[in-house]
Amino acid sequence: MRTRPVVRVGQYLALAAYIVFLGFPLLWLVSASVKSSSELAALDMNVIPKSLNWGNYTEALQKQGLARSAVNSLIVSLLSMVLVVALSMPAAYALARFKGRLRTVGITWILVSQVFPVILIIIPLFLVLRQVALVDTLFGLVLVYTTFTMPFALWMLQGFVAAIPTDVEEAAAIDGATRFQTLRRIVFPLLMPGIVATAMFSFVAAWNEFFFALVLIQSPENYTLPVALKMFVGGEGKVALGPLAAGAVLATIPSLVIFSVLQRRLTGGLLTGSVKG
Amino acid sequence: MTVATPPAPTAARPQPSKPRKRHDRSSQQRREALALVVPSLVPIVVFSVLPLLQGVWYAFTDATLRRNDTADFVGLANFGRLAGDSFFWNSFKIGIIWAVSVTLLQLVLSLGLALLLNSNLRFRSLTRLLALIPWAMPPVVVAIMWTMIYTPNGGPLNAALGAVGLPSDTNWLGDFNTALPAVIVVGVWVGMPQTTVTLLAGLQQIPLELTEAAAVDGASAWQRFRAVVLPALRPIVVSITSLNFIWNFNSFGLVYVMTEGGPGGQTMLPMLFTYLEAFKNRNIGYAAAMGVVLVIVVVLLLFGFLRSQFKKEA
Repeated sequence: MRTRPVVRVGQYLALAAYIVFLGFPLLWLVSASVKSSSELAALDMNVIPKSLNWGNYTEALQKQGLARSAVNSLIVSLLSMVLVVALSMPAAYALARFKGRLRTVGITWILVSQVFPVILIIIPLFLVLRQVALVDTLFGLVLVYTTFTMPFALWMLQGFVAAIPTDVEEAAAIDGATRFQTLRRIVFPLLMPGIVATAMFSFVAAWNEFFFALVLIQSPENYTLPVALKMFVGGEGKVALGPLAAGAVLATIPSLVIFSVLQRRLTGGLLTGSVKG
Repeated sequence: MTVATPPAPTAARPQPSKPRKRHDRSSQQRREALALVVPSLVPIVVFSVLPLLQGVWYAFTDATLRRNDTADFVGLANFGRLAGDSFFWNSFKIGIIWAVSVTLLQLVLSLGLALLLNSNLRFRSLTRLLALIPWAMPPVVVAIMWTMIYTPNGGPLNAALGAVGLPSDTNWLGDFNTALPAVIVVGVWVGMPQTTVTLLAGLQQIPLELTEAAAVDGASAWQRFRAVVLPALRPIVVSITSLNFIWNFNSFGLVYVMTEGGPGGQTMLPMLFTYLEAFKNRNIGYAAAMGVVLVIVVVLLLFGFLRSQFKKEA
């Protein structure tokens, strides 16, 4: 189909508007992270800084234990990633392979959990964790993240299991392999791409999470990165914008890297669910 | 968690119901299935199902966060008090305005972008990349970034307005009139990627012959959009809009970091209000009652929306 020139111009104008709306804030954040404080205070909109001031990054890492909270975030994210994968792998297999009521209940639960009223859960959850002395600990946070990432991880993984033809497993069974052996030797290796994707997703979910961390973590030495950044904003009256921007950029890098790898896996999803339903 | 989208690739095919072979075999299968599921079931039950039930129970008690406090059953007292709590209902109103406007703007803007990305333009891959980044960013970082954009002195927004001769001293996040619209813009920005990508995937599934046939029959671009594209896209629009609405209504971090509900409660979303009641005022019984009301209202709204959509379809 040919498009009239007038329409084309309109389309490019609209696209330009989208690019500015979506891209400018990102550009500004990156540029602010390398600006000097005097340049940041001036009322202008220079996106290109006059000089590159990497000092913001070193200052951010020294400030308010941002480095320490990054380590905390890393520990929490890695641990919950491992736990999510380990726990959801067998269940995802069961969901994909055994039909019947179990599957229906499982799938319904996964979907409901997407619309979960966290505000209603966080109150008793806080009390439960307080009773077992896990409030204000990184491990408590790991348990919570594992629980709340699992539904989506299960959904993702069971899709990958379902894509593995059952013939392979039946062949192994005929050769006398037990269910466990089949899982270990046949299914597990074939499932590797799915496991990697699920692991990365779980990592990002934990790395970015803010609400649970805000409620459950109280002492500054246990802050995760998002909480530490929030305190950075609220704290000490005048905010040092340069180091704040630098910290924000650093906090985004891991998620961004993982997401660019994951992108295609995540985007296909919603559609398959909605179209076939 | 904000990044969560529900479904991932799944190959759900209709299962022919197998005739039950031998009884012992199916019961062995059941035991196997159970053994596989239990490890993941334990944390889900302990840390989400039980707390959810307990949360509902707290709504009928006078529980507080004080240590050694006993939660006494008070019946519907919390709900009675809530009915007359104008601060809560005001926050509720703000929550609806927030969720509805963010969801609608997300839909309209994302549909526009998806249509552009679906047509044969340059810069598509750049736009696609830009549209995806917000998805990966931690909400706290997004909030910090936009706080900088909105900074009254030295922020680029005011600088740009000043450059074209408009008033350049608006305190976007601090002014009664501009705070809510300002955070709504950020909510739209954050939610666009997922909506755009989903709609784009839907657009790409519409067979080209359909729109081409309409074009041959002399339908204008707008007519083609209304008569062919929109109906085909409808199931996806309905599902992404419902999900967006719930996610937006439950959103917390973004607005909490930007305004903490201020100025003067102008951006006090119900989630923030309930959080403050539970963990600052420490009235968890009362806060749980708020949670219950919020959940019921969201479910009812959603139910009404989906029902009207299905009726139209029938």
